[in-house]
Amino acid sequence: MKKTLLASLALAALAGVAWAADDDKAIQALVDQYIATGYQQGEKQQLERLKQDETLKACSEHRNKPPADLMKAIMEREKATIKYPADNKMMGNWEKGKEVFNTGFGMRVGVIAPDKADKPRGGNCYACHAADPKEVAAGNLGNSLTGYGKMRGNSEETIKYTYEKIFNSQTYMACSNMPRFGHNGVLTPEQVADLVAFLVDPASPVNK
Amino acid sequence: MKKLVLPGLLISSLALTAVYAAEEPNADAYREMTYGDRDANPALLVVDRGEELFKEKRGPKNVSMEECDFGLGKGVVKGVYAELPRYFKDTDQVQDLESRMITCMTTVQGFDAAELKKKTYANEKANEDNTDLEAIAVYIAAQSDGMKINPSLAHPKEQEAIKVGEALFYHRTGPLDFSCASCHGADKQRIRLQNLGNFSKAGPDAQKAIGGWPTYRVSHAAVRTMQHRIWDCEGQMRLPDTEYGAPLSVALIAYLTAQAKDGTYVLPGMSR
Repeated sequence: MKKTLLASLALAALAGVAWAADDDKAIQALVDQYIATGYQQGEKQQLERLKQDETLKACSEHRNKPPADLMKAIMEREKATIKYPADNKMMGNWEKGKEVFNTGFGMRVGVIAPDKADKPRGGNCYACHAADPKEVAAGNLGNSLTGYGKMRGNSEETIKYTYEKIFNSQTYMACSNMPRFGHNGVLTPEQVADLVAFLVDPASPVNK
Repeated sequence: MKKLVLPGLLISSLALTAVYAAEEPNADAYREMTYGDRDANPALLVVDRGEELFKEKRGPKNVSMEECDFGLGKGVVKGVYAELPRYFKDTDQVQDLESRMITCMTTVQGFDAAELKKKTYANEKANEDNTDLEAIAVYIAAQSDGMKINPSLAHPKEQEAIKVGEALFYHRTGPLDFSCASCHGADKQRIRLQNLGNFSKAGPDAQKAIGGWPTYRVSHAAVRTMQHRIWDCEGQMRLPDTEYGAPLSVALIAYLTAQAKDGTYVLPGMSR
């Protein structure tokens, strides 16, 4: 590494051009440097958001396709972080879940007016997923969830899987594109349970 | 001008209803219908204002921006945007249009950089007119209308910026765990009904996006530049406000522009 660096510097000097980074480590060093200087400073910017945990570091480095052993380590680590609702009731109220599924409010920072503390956040799930067939403006980054409960039933197993998947998407798929809604504190365990009900409850429009 | 927006919205909701019936829902047909007439692009008024600002003697040194070098020599504006971002020897940096404007306005005209960056973008929620920076940027960019997207790639620092930009494109962070690639890494993806370009590969998606920017955004009733686009995307990812013209945004723009190479600039653009 050091030798390559010296050699590149020497070559650059010979050629009379500015030295530029070209190996992975040097590029990564610039990535870190640019992130440190690339955002406005100050308390209201919440710059701690820019800090990657070990999982996101690995997913970034491997562009979401880590080797098998690393995938396993990620999924085990993420599963261990899951928190369950106080009463351990992983299926809440589907009508409340419908609201959480639809609402895109939350987590804004900086010059855009920050969140009002008393306004509940949403999962903005329609941005990526279809669900209630009446909602046509659904994105397709995630799979369609229409008929989710009809297909999977509402057994305890399905309820637990669904809760864990929403709370921490990387439990079942390392480097999933889906945000870790519970783990990152975007949604509360109770809100996640309400989303589970919206997907699983036979009375929910998702399963009509 | 602002009054035009309301009937526009009514028409757009009607058109969207028609689009909903299509097999793959998206808003392209509505846009084609609404934004077809280039001569009716309100950005043309902002281009004119930008030209005046560009040519006017301004700043503590009372000189015009015609004394600046945007890559093809002092005073040249025709075709400069088509070759940006590029490496500039005087700053020893790769710069996009807007970071280069700041260099020019501080070193040549004597403006204070922090003062200039205090108000970079018009706030559409307050119905503000475009800022001087936005107007100057769209004026310069529009002088590359019809030209090939041809960023300078020969200098090692230009190659470096593209590589750093690519790594940043895949860098996941923030409360939603997103990277640029979360939404712009695969073909034919949508957020709700909004089509998303796949910028992980070179070709038509990147060419269309880069080639049409700066653009008049109908939903903002204002012209928007690439620096604003990056700032807005980072905001969607729930990250802090990007610093105007900093190497982070320039590297991302360098990567995206390289992916768009050989496309054509149609400027100023008009979009949602």
